Order: sequence, then C-alpha cells, then structure tokens
Amino acid sequence: MAMTIIEKILARASGAAMMAPGDLAVVDVDLTVMIDLSFSGSSWREVLKVHDPDKVAVVFDHEVPAANRESAAMHARGREFARRFGIKRFHDVGPEQGISHVVVAENAYCLPGTVMACSDSHTCSAGALNCVARGLGAPDLLYALTTGQTWFLVGETVRYDLSGRFAEGVSAKDLFLHIAQNYGDHANQNVEFGGPALPHLSIDARRTLTTMGAELSAEFATFEPDDVLIDYVKARNPAPFEPQYPDPDAAYLRRETIALDRLEPMVALPDKVIRNAVPVGDAAGEPIHQAFIGSCANGTLDDFAIAAKVLAGRRVAPGVRLIVTPGSQAILREALKAGYVEILAEAGAVVTNSTCGACVGGHMGVVGPNEVCITASTRNFKGRMGDPSARIFMGSPATVAASAIAGVIADPGEYMKGANW
Amino acid sequence: MISGRVWKFGDNINTDLMLPGPYLYRTPAEQARAVFQANRPGWVDAVAKGDAIVGGFNYGMGSSRPAARSLRNCGVGFLLAETVNGLFFRNAVNFGLLVFECPGVASAFEEGDGAELSIERWSVRNPRSGKSLAVTPVPEMLLSLMRGGGVLPQLEAQGLIAPQAAD
Repeated sequence: MAMTIIEKILARASGAAMMAPGDLAVVDVDLTVMIDLSFSGSSWREVLKVHDPDKVAVVFDHEVPAANRESAAMHARGREFARRFGIKRFHDVGPEQGISHVVVAENAYCLPGTVMACSDSHTCSAGALNCVARGLGAPDLLYALTTGQTWFLVGETVRYDLSGRFAEGVSAKDLFLHIAQNYGDHANQNVEFGGPALPHLSIDARRTLTTMGAELSAEFATFEPDDVLIDYVKARNPAPFEPQYPDPDAAYLRRETIALDRLEPMVALPDKVIRNAVPVGDAAGEPIHQAFIGSCANGTLDDFAIAAKVLAGRRVAPGVRLIVTPGSQAILREALKAGYVEILAEAGAVVTNSTCGACVGGHMGVVGPNEVCITASTRNFKGRMGDPSARIFMGSPATVAASAIAGVIADPGEYMKGANW
Repeated sequence: MISGRVWKFGDNINTDLMLPGPYLYRTPAEQARAVFQANRPGWVDAVAKGDAIVGGFNYGMGSSRPAARSLRNCGVGFLLAETVNGLFFRNAVNFGLLVFECPGVASAFEEGDGAELSIERWSVRNPRSGKSLAVTPVPEMLLSLMRGGGVLPQLEAQGLIAPQAAD
C-alpha cells in the first residue's frame, strides 16, 4: 500500500513495513534536541543515563544571553549536563549559538528521512529538511534522551502542491497566512508540501512554512525532498542519508494546489491566525509602536535581505521601534558580511543577538500596555509578546519593514518598487 | 468499570485555560489551584476525586505545557472528548491521566450526570439515560503508561532518572 512522506519515515524508523492513519509508531529517535527551557526547574529531572550522547544536541535559545537569575540558573544546569555526558553538539552562548530549530537546520543535524525530538512547539520546523519532527512534552524529551525512543500516533495527511513563483514583496509568511485563512486549522493532521514551485523556494522559505505548521495545530509539516535540499544538507553534514519521497498513489485526506504568483501580502489581525488574516490593504493605516522581525520562522538571511531592501536609504518612523533578531549568530555574521546589518542600523533598526527574545515576550522587545506591534515571528496570541492589552498583528518581514518606515501598517509593494537597492 | 461525576466543557478548551501562563514556573500544587480560573472560577474547589470531564472538539489545543498533570492533581479520574489535541494527549500519557476520544459524548452527557467507563469493553454508559457509547481504543502501550502514572515513574524504576517525590 502506498504511503505519504510522514508514513514512510515513521514506518522506517519503527521497523514496520507499513504505516497508516490510526497506527501507533514506536520509533528510534535519531536526534534529541535539548533547549535552555528543557533545564528549567519545573520540568528538569536529574538524568542518570543518556541513551546515546552522540544523538543529542543542546542549544540555548529562549533567553540568550541569560536575561535574569532564572535563565542563568537554567543555562548553568544545561552546561553541567553537557559536560557530564560529553555532549559534542553543544551550542552555548557564543558564536555557534542560535534558535534551536535554526541551528539544527544550518548544521543539518536533522538528516532527511530521520526522526527528531525536541520539546519546543516549533520543532516541526525540521520538516523542511524532510524530517519527522514535532513539539513534544518535557517528559517525552526525558524518555527519548534516556531510552532513545518515542512514539507517534499516525494522523491523516493534507498535501499542498505549490506552483509558480512569489510576486515581488510576497513571501512564505504570506503563503502561510493564506493557508491559515483559507483552509483553517489542521489539528491532528499532517501537512505535506511539494509541487513544481520547489526549485524556486529556498530552504529558508521552506522552514518559515514548516515552522508555522505549529500554528495550524498540525502534527507534522514536511517538504518533499529535491536537489535544493540534498545540496543544502550535503554542504553541511557529511553523514549519509536517505530522503523519503511520497508514493505517487499515497492516500491524502485532501490535496490542494496553490499558485504562488496569485498570492498577495497578508496580515493576521490580533490574537489568532486561524481564519483571522486579511490582505494588507485592509489593515493598512493602523498606527504601530513596535515592529519585529525575528524568531525561528523569520530570522533567516532571506528575511534580513528583504528587510534591507525595503529599508535601504530610508528611516524608521519617529516613535516606532524596529527590532530585528537573527535566527542564529551565524546568520548575523552572514548579514554583516552582506551589508544588511549596516543598512538596517543606518535606517534606525535595533539589531540584536540571536534569541527567541521578543517573539516569546521574554526579553529584548517586550511590548507594553495597549501598544500595537506588527511582527514577523511565530505567534500573535493575546499576551504572547508582553502585556495582554497589546495588539499584535502578524505579517511578512517585507510588510513589517514597510510598516516601520510608514509608522502605520503598510503594503510593502510600493517600497519594493522604489527600493534604493 | 470506573465511574465519575461529569463536568461539561465545550470545544477548543486550550492548555492556557488549564495552566495559565503566569503559573508556568510555579509548583505543580500551585498550578493545580489555577485550573479553569479564567473560564470557571471556583471549579478547583468544587471538583472531587474521581470526577470526569466531558469535552468537545480539539480538547487541549495549545502548547506543550503540562496541563494534564494539573487535571490529574485536581483529582480528575478520566476525560472523554469528541476529539483530543495530539500534544495534550501525549502529556496525558506522560503524566498518567486517562484521556480518550468518544464521538458523540458531548451530547450524551449533561453536567452532573454519572459516567461509567469500561476500558475492558471500550464503552461508556450514562446511567441516567441508559445509553452507551463506544470509546475509541488507544494502543496497549499508551494505556499501560496512562494507568501506571505516566513515563516518569517508569524512567525512575529503570534507573534512568533520579527518584523524586511525586509531583
């Protein structure tokens, strides 16, 4: 019987010939990723044995550098764990640090066709690299770390075939908002992306989409492998791997085609993303206090490039704070070399180090009472980025950059046309 | 057979309602005192050991926070819903809370009804109406984790994590 990508990877990892919706897959985990929050006092338990330290990565990301005594204690506990068990893939505060999902991708720790465990809800990000990965609970992580296994209940899969290319000023975030608006949530379902648009979609763009799978309530979000992915992985990790393709006659719950060239910039209105997005024109003119570009979804080099393109030779409006946070320190260095950081800083943006930071309302850009923020990050839940009375709109990095210049929510189209690039 | 008194909740009951954000770094006992404080203040004083929750669709949507532990610590004996969110279900298994899907359950029970759950027969009966419904079976491995108090006692027993007083 034919299988989808997720069914194939789960069958392989569990040693079963077949996987179908409703089945339980007990699988060997190829990579367990611990983040700084894994070592927080309320979820950490003293580990006596690690199944295989070479299949573990420790990446500090939620509050980096430590923002307060609690995060400092969490980091200290993580360092001690990494030392005690000899974890080689340890990304402490410093040059190799970044948001875990970004670090895992840029080092290709998660190889195509494999299974990854991490307790952050945006772990589905690794699906861009053709992995089985989803957010787990803290005890699941301890189980995977100590036994080398975890389990998944297999859900049905929705397939999106992407065609064409994005128009200028339109990007993966707009595609996500289009899906959330038109198809609603995907609770207990898998999402699979493929189609003729793939050669034109960078790994950065794919990661934006799979990361946002969490906001669709999807179990897994994954991409069909192609040459772009295989070259990306080979350039970063010499280990052999076997990408998994869907069978041509795989059974999908639904199959949808989306023409990328017909999409337009979208904005999600405050508090939720599901069936709550509008074309940017419908929200345009809303005055803002803060604009944010960052997170595991939108702190990529692509995002820096587009923000720089919009902001080159322009200024952030008076009274608006534009905060830009790279997904990793490696991205920050690339953005420096490419000249993007200079352009952003000249325009009046605050460029921070890599951290989850403002996206999770932790530090470096927390919003105050009754403020309005437009964000290119992961979530716009009430209270997510700070005070519960703040209103959080969500858009693409281009839309956020254009809005920072205008001082109100703005369509990036006109800024792209006259870009001083 | 396990029987419990029913508390009814609707669709899309999220993890933040069961474990509000400001309580994330508090102790499990303090977290258990905050369950449903936004949508049903006073519930934690009214719920009794062994009571049952009957919910609607996508019960437990939201984050990976251990909301299931709070329900268990409030004394909830079992939870039946039309559909259960995948991540909440994982945490129910992890922390040893009996949580099952049961199509039709939301309309078959009223608040205060009794619910008689038979895991052996995968059914639940409402003694007031006399009607029974099929409960969707879960795999044996997950059932035994749920019944055995979750994964942490198992990891302790195997010497993989250090023992700690139950939380």
